[in-house]
Amino acid sequence: MNCDESRNLIHGYLDREIDLVRAMEIEKHLEGCAACKGIYSRETAMRSAIRERASYYVAPKYLEARIRAALPKPRKKATVFGQPSLNLLGFAASMAFAVVITWGVAMQLNTATANDRLADEILSAHVRSLMANHLVDVDSSDKHTVKPWFNGKLDFSPEVFDLAAQDFPLIGGRLDYINGRPVAALVYRHRKHFINFFHWPDESQEKNFVRTKTKQGYNLVYWANSGMGYCWVVSDLQENELMQFVKLLQQQQRAAVS
Amino acid sequence: MSDTNRRFEKVALPHLSAAYNLARWLTRNDHDAEDMVQEAYLRAFKFFDSFRGDDGRAWLLAIVRNTCYTWLKQNRIQELHDSFDEEAHAEADSGSDPQTFMLQNADKKLLDRALEALPLEFREILIMRELEDLSYKEIATVAGIPLGTVMSRLARARNMLRASLERNMQEK
Repeated sequence: MNCDESRNLIHGYLDREIDLVRAMEIEKHLEGCAACKGIYSRETAMRSAIRERASYYVAPKYLEARIRAALPKPRKKATVFGQPSLNLLGFAASMAFAVVITWGVAMQLNTATANDRLADEILSAHVRSLMANHLVDVDSSDKHTVKPWFNGKLDFSPEVFDLAAQDFPLIGGRLDYINGRPVAALVYRHRKHFINFFHWPDESQEKNFVRTKTKQGYNLVYWANSGMGYCWVVSDLQENELMQFVKLLQQQQRAAVS
Repeated sequence: MSDTNRRFEKVALPHLSAAYNLARWLTRNDHDAEDMVQEAYLRAFKFFDSFRGDDGRAWLLAIVRNTCYTWLKQNRIQELHDSFDEEAHAEADSGSDPQTFMLQNADKKLLDRALEALPLEFREILIMRELEDLSYKEIATVAGIPLGTVMSRLARARNMLRASLERNMQEK
């Protein structure tokens, strides 16, 4: 082994990361070469300096407790809403229509501005769901698990559709709060992109329109169907792919209503 | 507590100090390091399904590193592009007694300052190698670089650190 080879491998030798045969060759070379031996001593001194004298920052004691507290709790305790404090399960469904009417009247204002504000809210909810480790409350690709999970948490019963066959698998569901009310948020995925689908009853909306918006690089599509209320989807997917998702959803919605 | 929570805490919490030390060296301040570590643990929990159970420390540190880089990109973008003029510090690579002597006498403050001044990718590799005692393979996993790059990057990092120490000692 010559000096060049030895110097190329000296760090691997120091870190004990080269094979035994080559390690022995280096050792032999070092015995007979003062210059390389000098480099080796210098690198050993460097290694000791960092290991023995550079700061090793130890986590403060409270950090472990803080992390334990921040970790998601097991599912049954996970929702903020939890079990309803009054047993309103049966009552809730019958109230849905009345609530819808009340909201409808309240919302008959400037709809262009209202939709703009709503788009902001929807986008914030989407971004928050991806940032705050709170994408779903109920983590299941099975619509028969996700749909009943909303029982008693909403004043309407959301329709949950399975679009896995069309490459939009269901990830789960979440309660969210949009437009001053709790709404169903269903999360789908397309390749690596998440899609949040929000819907809630809103009879004040004109029917059978589909509109799109782009905000901060996200695409939003919203529409209203009779019987399905007001629907919004948001994602970083391209607009044509998101529209494909919307069309699939609408087909399912029409099938469910008819 | 669910099984998942219990398993996660068993796998991830023992590496809290390694996680904090890496985050602290990458962010260079206590408060940000704490936030990064907490965020990384939440992410790790979310992706716990993808953990295959071989090396919990490398798996967790890779998430800590990614979390820090994402944050740095958003908050201190210039640090990702800090460069170190290696040419200016280039020198004939021969070990000399004065260099060895200098290294043997560099105190904590000087070492910390010189390490902090290194560009991120060189700083982190020294922290992983010398302070966390990670193997080349683990370093490759955490930093997302080929195994063959680890040794050459370490060599460059050590040369840069030495040059920086020499300069600081001369200034003193």
